[in-house]
Parts: sequence; C-alpha cells; structure tokens
Amino acid sequence: MKAVLRRREVVRELLEERGELLVVAGLGSAAWDCTAAGDSDLTFPLWGAMGVASVTGLGLALAQPGRRVLVITGDGEMLMGLGNLATIGVQKPRNLAVAVIDNERYGETGMQSTHTAQGVDLAAVAKACGFGDARVVWRKSGLKAAVRALRASPGPVLVQFKVVAEKLPLVLPPRDGSLLRSRFRRALHGSDADSE
Amino acid sequence: MTSIDWPLRVHGVLKDSRVGVVGYVPDAGHKRLIELCHQDRAMRAVVLTTEEEGVGLAAGAWLGGVRSALLMQSSGVGNCINVLGMARECRFPLLMLVTMRGEFGEFNPWQVPMGQATPAALEAMGVVVHRAETAEEVAPVLDAASRLAFDSYAAVAVLISQRVIGIKSFQEQAGR
Repeated sequence: MKAVLRRREVVRELLEERGELLVVAGLGSAAWDCTAAGDSDLTFPLWGAMGVASVTGLGLALAQPGRRVLVITGDGEMLMGLGNLATIGVQKPRNLAVAVIDNERYGETGMQSTHTAQGVDLAAVAKACGFGDARVVWRKSGLKAAVRALRASPGPVLVQFKVVAEKLPLVLPPRDGSLLRSRFRRALHGSDADSE
Repeated sequence: MTSIDWPLRVHGVLKDSRVGVVGYVPDAGHKRLIELCHQDRAMRAVVLTTEEEGVGLAAGAWLGGVRSALLMQSSGVGNCINVLGMARECRFPLLMLVTMRGEFGEFNPWQVPMGQATPAALEAMGVVVHRAETAEEVAPVLDAASRLAFDSYAAVAVLISQRVIGIKSFQEQAGR
C-alpha cells in the first residue's frame, strides 16, 4: 500500500484544541511537525535522546495521572527504543498514548529506509506488549477515530500513521533544554515549580 | 558479608527524599532494595528493558513534578551514555544508584572493562560521581547525592563498591 497521509496534517489534527494535553515530541521531523501545529509550553520537544521519547512520556504519565499524555514521535526513534513499548505495556498507564508518524525513513539523515519500510509493524509490537488499542492508519477515513483514541481511549494506546515521505520546511522549537524544561514545568505547576 | 541492612536505610533515604518513581534494571546487589520499593505503596517501581529508559523516565516524571531514582549495575551505565546528554542539557535532576561489578574480586572477566570504565564514562557525560566503599557509607552518601541532584539540578551517581555487595562466584550469585 502507498502512503497518502500528510504528516503535518496528521499532527495538526492530533493537537487541535489540545486543551490540557501534555505532549512529548520525539527528535527530528516529529518535533518540527508539533511546532508547525503551534509551539506550546506544554510540549516538550526532544533534540536528542533518541530512543527514549515514549518512556519519557511514561514518566510524565505516572507523575500526572489526571492528565492525558501524548507522545508524538517518528518510526526511527520508536525503533531505537522498542523496549519502551514493553516497559509501558507492563505499567499500563491509562493516560498515555503514543502516535508514531511513520514515513518509513530516517528523515534527518538523507531519507534512508527504516525497518518499517520492510514491513516491521510497530502497532503489532505494541499490541504484543500489552497495549489495549494499537493500530495502523493508512487512510484519511481512519484519522478521526484514531485521533479520538489517542486523546481519550484508556491507555496505553499506540497509533502508527503511515505518511508520505516528504521533505518539509523546518519549523523549529526552541533548542535550549533548560528553557524547554522550565517553561513546561512552569506551565504545568505554576511559578511554584521555580522554587521546587 | 555486611553487618548492617543498607538496602533498608537506602529505602529510607529515598522516602525522605520524596522519591516517587524508581526505575531499575535488576542487579543481584539491588535485590532487596527493589523488593522494598515494590512493597512501598508510595513508590512506583518500574522495571526497564535497558537502563537508558530510566533516564527518560526520570526526566518525564520530574517534568510532571515527581522525583525519581534509577537503580542499575555498572554494566548498565554504558547503556545510558548518549541519553545522559539530555539530563545535562536540560539540567534534569538525576539520581543513579549503581552497584559495581568488574572491580573488587570480580570473577567474570566480561564485567571488568565496563566496571573499570564506569566512573570515567559517567564523568565524561557530566555526571557527579560519589562512591560508597562500606555498607555504613551507602545511605549517608546517597542522602548527600539526593540533595545535590534535587536541590542543585544535577545528575549524580552513587557507586556502591563491589566490596559492599560481596559476591565472589557465579554459584553465590545464582544462589541469591
């Protein structure tokens, strides 16, 4: 099957009227997509740490059980940390969802094929790890239901969106890690976070 | 063998430090502490597939307002190297409790290279390294490390000497 979904449209839908949603964005294109949809203090974009985006979301979900946590990451980043899915599957956080924006490429390094281009099925891995809802979405017709599941179904949920491999203009979040963590904490906890 | 119950004291320090999430990859030397953390209803003990997950877990938990500790064996330090860059760049508090192998009386030669490189590897990534050479030292050293980590937004590792753990053979390790 040929991918037809456009990654920035998918991420824009994921983040539309995001309300109280807490977001961790995996490094590279997934983080640029989140920024293109509108930078937010409550998005923590990773500029490195490849392979731990989802488990960073797990830590946040365990600390904030009353808030929905959405990890938005790429297929290459998810592949580097497949163990994240096993760890999340054991903890079964009801408030955690993972969206994998799967263009089957390492987008920042020359668009080399990833394992998903050869059929590695991340949703099936998530299912096998104990995710209650894990699915692959190829068509626009599946988009709305998938977004609803990521935003509201009992977690852990994973949706693998098959998207067109395309080079898009860079839309970059701030790079300073201290700034990113401090703005996130202040937005979540108020100015008390500064003296914690 | 050790005369005092250092894992119980360590658990007490973690409680006093308001640690709510404990990530770990098991080590024989952490066996009792892991059990204590699992039994503690105020702590969430999270088994990891690899130690680097624990660095992300701790970062996420602290963003959410909860303090973490990360338990591992020295071999696991090597698995964390790149991700430690996040703790440093973002000035995330990180409290690592590392049981040492490959040093005092090691019987497995494959443990020696990473064990010997552990302090240098941590320091190369900007992690402050504290050592506990005796069972009596472990809890007070961890207490200082915890203050440094959470009050000064530092990544800190407490290395617990193999002398404290006291495993001298495969047979003894398997029997624990």
